[in-house]
Amino acid sequence: MFLVDTTSTATDERDVGGAAQPMLIVRDLKKHFAVRGAAVRSTARVHAVDGVSFTVAKGETLGVVGESGCGKSTLGKLLMHLIDADSGELIFDGGAIGTRDMPLTQLRRNLQMVFQDSSSSLNPRLSIETSIAYGPRVHGASASEAKAKARDLLVRVGLRPDIFAGRYPHELSGGQKQRVNIARALALDPRMIILDESVSALDKSVEAQVLNLLRRLREDLRLTYIFISHDLNVVQYISDRVLVMYMGKIVEIGAVDEIYRRPRHPYTKALLRSRLSSSPDERIKLAPLTGDPPNPINPPPGCRFRARCPHARDLCATAEPVLEDGATGRKVACHFAEELADA
Amino acid sequence: MRNLQTTSVAPVAKDMPLAGKIPVVSPLARVKDLNVQFRSRDATVHAVNGVSFDLMPRDVLCIIGESGSGKSVTMKSMMRLLPPKKTVMTGEIEVNGHKVLDLSERQIRHLRGAEISMIFQEPMTALDPVYTIGRQITEAIRAHEPVTTSEARRRALELLELVRIPSAVSRLDAYPHELSGGLRQRAMIAVALSCKPKLLLADEPTTALDATVQIQVLVLLRQLQDELGMGVIFVTHDIGVAAQIADKIAVMYAGEIVEFGSARDVLVNPAHPYTRAMLASTVHGQARDADLPVIPGDPADLRRLVAGCRFAPRCGVSKSLCLERAPSLVGVAAHHDAACHLINSLT
Repeated sequence: MFLVDTTSTATDERDVGGAAQPMLIVRDLKKHFAVRGAAVRSTARVHAVDGVSFTVAKGETLGVVGESGCGKSTLGKLLMHLIDADSGELIFDGGAIGTRDMPLTQLRRNLQMVFQDSSSSLNPRLSIETSIAYGPRVHGASASEAKAKARDLLVRVGLRPDIFAGRYPHELSGGQKQRVNIARALALDPRMIILDESVSALDKSVEAQVLNLLRRLREDLRLTYIFISHDLNVVQYISDRVLVMYMGKIVEIGAVDEIYRRPRHPYTKALLRSRLSSSPDERIKLAPLTGDPPNPINPPPGCRFRARCPHARDLCATAEPVLEDGATGRKVACHFAEELADA
Repeated sequence: MRNLQTTSVAPVAKDMPLAGKIPVVSPLARVKDLNVQFRSRDATVHAVNGVSFDLMPRDVLCIIGESGSGKSVTMKSMMRLLPPKKTVMTGEIEVNGHKVLDLSERQIRHLRGAEISMIFQEPMTALDPVYTIGRQITEAIRAHEPVTTSEARRRALELLELVRIPSAVSRLDAYPHELSGGLRQRAMIAVALSCKPKLLLADEPTTALDATVQIQVLVLLRQLQDELGMGVIFVTHDIGVAAQIADKIAVMYAGEIVEFGSARDVLVNPAHPYTRAMLASTVHGQARDADLPVIPGDPADLRRLVAGCRFAPRCGVSKSLCLERAPSLVGVAAHHDAACHLINSLT
């Protein structure tokens, strides 16, 4: 269904185009935030994203899951260049971002983002049509072209232009506003969209509508998605591959079916076992994990999950596990992944 | 009135099959034809429209529904937490023998925290940031019972242990911001349980929590409910949460209960077209190459209620009758009701 051809990308990753060229290559991305309000000369730093590397193939949807504070939203903002990374390399369709191959303006045309809060993402003083036409206007379209584009996009996201074009955000429901945000993200004909908890605030019946819309747009416009969410069921439905984060690190990445069927990392296992069934006959009697996700300020050496891990041993306290390649593109960062495979 | 312990009769009602031989247990809470409207200059919002239900002692009732369905408003009216100047409430609410809507402000204050307690979604806004956890628990205890400071503190410690907060002694003197999200939620539960309420109202208390923490809190709440013999009304939009914790489920749509029954009846054999559609559209392992079933349209506008069945405009099986006459709750099976004209023709 998708291509994760790591061998060929290693040789010609600067090439533009071609199905084998990943849409996005992320290498050793890091972002640490200094903690404000801490003592002067404090060295407290939040390791929000701490050495993250992955690729996103063209046309695929990569789900990013993890609990609050794991760095998944920071990751989205780094990819979008809404905040600057401390270090690391980003390559969009063969062009290193920020260089002449892929300057930021060109990246923004190709890469767009939809956020969780559909209201605060829209300017309350602009009509829907003006909001959607804003991007194309900035990027050089004439007023009439931009307007035509906006109306066209409203149709695409299932809102009738004759009813909605002149309305203001406060006149719309949450689901309608999120459709407008999606239309706005599409206004520059991007190739990739980062969806950061984009359906999380919606009611379930509306969430299903928007998910169907996202799936249809992905097909019609040949889009690539990064789908950031805490909702494991939604990620399973929409994603081809899934990336599991814990305290700024990738702990596991691979095809969604494999990971959901046979998670390898103890954290992924616990996370999936914490999912609630919709049947009262399948209640969880004992919580799979104790404690909260730890504070990501100055994480301890070794494996970051070890304090909550039921399988932690001495090695876990001293050596940090690296993300190891497994079969079929699956990678796990656990010293004992092999041993625990059947646990 | 605080010595009215129902624990002596309650376990019988729940666990013994010989229901005919025991004295009839009266409900812990009874809501009858509750209507709540919010009036402002621009519009009147019909938030709750004729809700009636009984809660038996030691029962956990989940009210599920989408935003604006009236589930939180129903619960807040049971504790009279709605702004009195803007709210018009009619109907009857009885909790543990008290007619909540008839009580004076003084009387309702006495009831809150002592017999009815509430926990919220956001512990950071429910807890006071400038007082320690211990102080907030002892304050609640001393507001209702004539005990000494040291006795209250001893009970506060017991409560923190009850909600399984590790190193409880040091946590007594911690401020809310010093605790993690999960511990804060436990601390809020401890405050709510400080006077051993008969009825605990829970307004989406786990929605803001991470998955691994949410299940910890749900398991804890269920244990506490059982240990303390409380009745619980739990409002949630999450079907998984309801399946995990509920004995009974009420499904609300546009301020009305459209289906009521045991958790299994409602979630496994849903009767109302809305319940069915909501369950079908919830993402849980559906095939990835097919569209999700959806409920078309948007949630009902509570400023302009439609005549007839409120769900009819979005319903896949509605007939002309549905647009004319509002259905009332009728029995689908024993202790399982749904409000739909077509209930007998649906299979």
